Amino acid sequence: MQYDVAAAPGRLIEARRRPEFTSWADRVAPAAFIMPAVLTILALSIFPLIVSVYLSLARIKFEKGGVTVTFIGLLNYKKLLFGSQQFHLIGTLMPITPLGWVFQAIVAGLLILWLVTAVRRGAGVLGLVGRLLVAVAAIALALLFTSAGAEGGQLGTIGVTLTYVVIGVCVQYGLGLALAMLCVQNLRGRGFFRVVFFLPMMITPVGVAYTFRMLTDTTKGPFSPIWQGLGLSDFAWAATAWGARVAVMIGDAWQWTPFMFIVLLAAIEGQPREQVEAAHVDGANHWQIFRFITWPAIMPVTITLILIRVIEAFKIVDLPNVLTNGGPGIASESMTLHAYSTWRALDIGGSAAIAYMLLFIVTFFCTAFVNLVRTRPPARAAGAQR
Amino acid sequence: MRARRSQMRGINDPGPAWAALSYAVLGFWAFVVLFPLYWLAITSVKLPIQVNDGPDYLPFVDFDPSLHAWRYIFVDLFVDTARPYLNTVVVALCSSVVALIFGSMAAYGLSRLSYRPRLSTIASFIAGVAVAIVGVVRLGVPWQVGLAIGLAVSVLLALALRRRFTRALKNQDIAFWLISQRMLPPVAVVLPIYVLFQQVGLLDTRFALAVTYIAANIPIVVWLMRDFFDSIPLELEEAAVVDGCSRYRIFWSIVLPLSKPGLASTFILVLIMAWNEYLFALFLSSANAQTLPLTVAAQNATRGPQWWYMSVLIIIMILPVSALALLLARYITRGLLIGAVKG
Repeated sequence: MQYDVAAAPGRLIEARRRPEFTSWADRVAPAAFIMPAVLTILALSIFPLIVSVYLSLARIKFEKGGVTVTFIGLLNYKKLLFGSQQFHLIGTLMPITPLGWVFQAIVAGLLILWLVTAVRRGAGVLGLVGRLLVAVAAIALALLFTSAGAEGGQLGTIGVTLTYVVIGVCVQYGLGLALAMLCVQNLRGRGFFRVVFFLPMMITPVGVAYTFRMLTDTTKGPFSPIWQGLGLSDFAWAATAWGARVAVMIGDAWQWTPFMFIVLLAAIEGQPREQVEAAHVDGANHWQIFRFITWPAIMPVTITLILIRVIEAFKIVDLPNVLTNGGPGIASESMTLHAYSTWRALDIGGSAAIAYMLLFIVTFFCTAFVNLVRTRPPARAAGAQR
Repeated sequence: MRARRSQMRGINDPGPAWAALSYAVLGFWAFVVLFPLYWLAITSVKLPIQVNDGPDYLPFVDFDPSLHAWRYIFVDLFVDTARPYLNTVVVALCSSVVALIFGSMAAYGLSRLSYRPRLSTIASFIAGVAVAIVGVVRLGVPWQVGLAIGLAVSVLLALALRRRFTRALKNQDIAFWLISQRMLPPVAVVLPIYVLFQQVGLLDTRFALAVTYIAANIPIVVWLMRDFFDSIPLELEEAAVVDGCSRYRIFWSIVLPLSKPGLASTFILVLIMAWNEYLFALFLSSANAQTLPLTVAAQNATRGPQWWYMSVLIIIMILPVSALALLLARYITRGLLIGAVKG
């Protein structure tokens, strides 16, 4: 209900008769509201954006007394996708095992089912094309993971980054929502929890990375007795691919769950109380209240929150850099770290090309996410049905 | 009977069993959150040899705390700590306040008014920028002249195309364009931004960092505040329009006070982003405008990470932000909205 009111906000006010003294100031109000933000961003984004596109299509050489920039077309991209850097970005790909093919078939089947459902519900042409693209991307992704997961294969930075983003954001959202739901209750000392849960975000990511390097040290860290007790004293997180990735994801979840927590807490507390109280008097249980009132009410914030967090998570760099140094090998290296290390090797064109590849993936991911979530009709609040 | 009891208890009062479970979960997470901070705190009072010799947990029991790291950071390195500290405070506060003002204005516009920027206008603007860049980079025109030419080209093109192409974008597209500004990793745009500030002679100033952070944080403010504005009932504003309030007045006296919880949490979020930003600061500042994250990272010296100094710096970095969060915590409370609608 909340959502529906907000969906067509402009007209409701506009429809009323304007008072007589509508002045010039009021006529330019729309522009006055949006222009400061748009101009600031334009001033600082258009030029860097265009220049970095150009850099990604060029080779930059540092020589004595200057820099030479040569235009080389798509060579940087070609090197990353098909050439000598393919193993780094995409991964070392191996033939897919029969079990892998079974998995592929299941994924493809589910996607076809999903498309058929969309057709039945009467999705438009544009919606279908979009869904088809998402399905193709999903199949390509499944192929990438099964092929890189086969014997002798290795996941490249694209796969690793996607792992961080999808698993990380899901875990962080789940934890944040659960903690926020617990914290809106009338518990003694909840003020304490609210403040405490917020703390990890305040540490600079570099600091978090170093802190976790201390904590995950299996010989001198605080948990070393546990490791020794398990007979893993010479185990290093950074020695196995998934160990390193999990260590990075734990650090990321520790730092960013508070972000989900605080925004969701504000959203849950901002929801209209009448509906909740009315439903409660009518005998709805906690789950029903959550499902039919709270969830629809926090849906817009949820979409925004996940979108913002996904965009930030794609840019993860400090944790893998400091905690595992991207290792073992390239197993925990994210795309931004890949771009960063390519930059440090003074291959600025290659670095920009990786960044644009990342931009392409993020844009696709976010566009798909926003459109798929938005087309779903918002669930009606229980109060509105009566 | 049961219904009446639960009615008396209120929706947010948990039963005893549920309360116990809640406490267990919350307590566990509090431990997860606090333990690394505790470890930082005790590391800051350890001697290097105590850190390197393996885990010691309790000060005074397992080891004798020493203030050597605190003394080093505050006394020996006083200037090198104080200056980045001041820079961080100034840059983060200024940039977050401005980003919050600009961002929430834009968010209000996107939430309540309808915008239809024409594609032709956007295209001519991009053409103007391209002309300016080609002029400056390829033909060696001074950047001031290039800017003027680019501006002229955009305006002329926009006027010429105005009547012919009328396709326009919507609010949703503008919002998505804003958030897309955050999608490119900083490492890709940091070199052009460096050159930009170098050309206007603002490299290594607080101003350059603040402007960069404002531009980086506005999209987040817009997206978060738009949702909060969307959830404010329209009746209040309609009443104000009938009473003859201007749009600015409505925004300033009705909408903003009602969205205090959203403003408080958004402000804290962008403040933290600016407070902790590392990569832009690394490139855009050297001696004068250096911020604290750089100081923290600098403790990873050639002799290996100096954990004790690092811990001190991280702790003194958290303190002011936590204090501010505590101050603002009371705004993030419920009831503001219902009070307004009922009353």
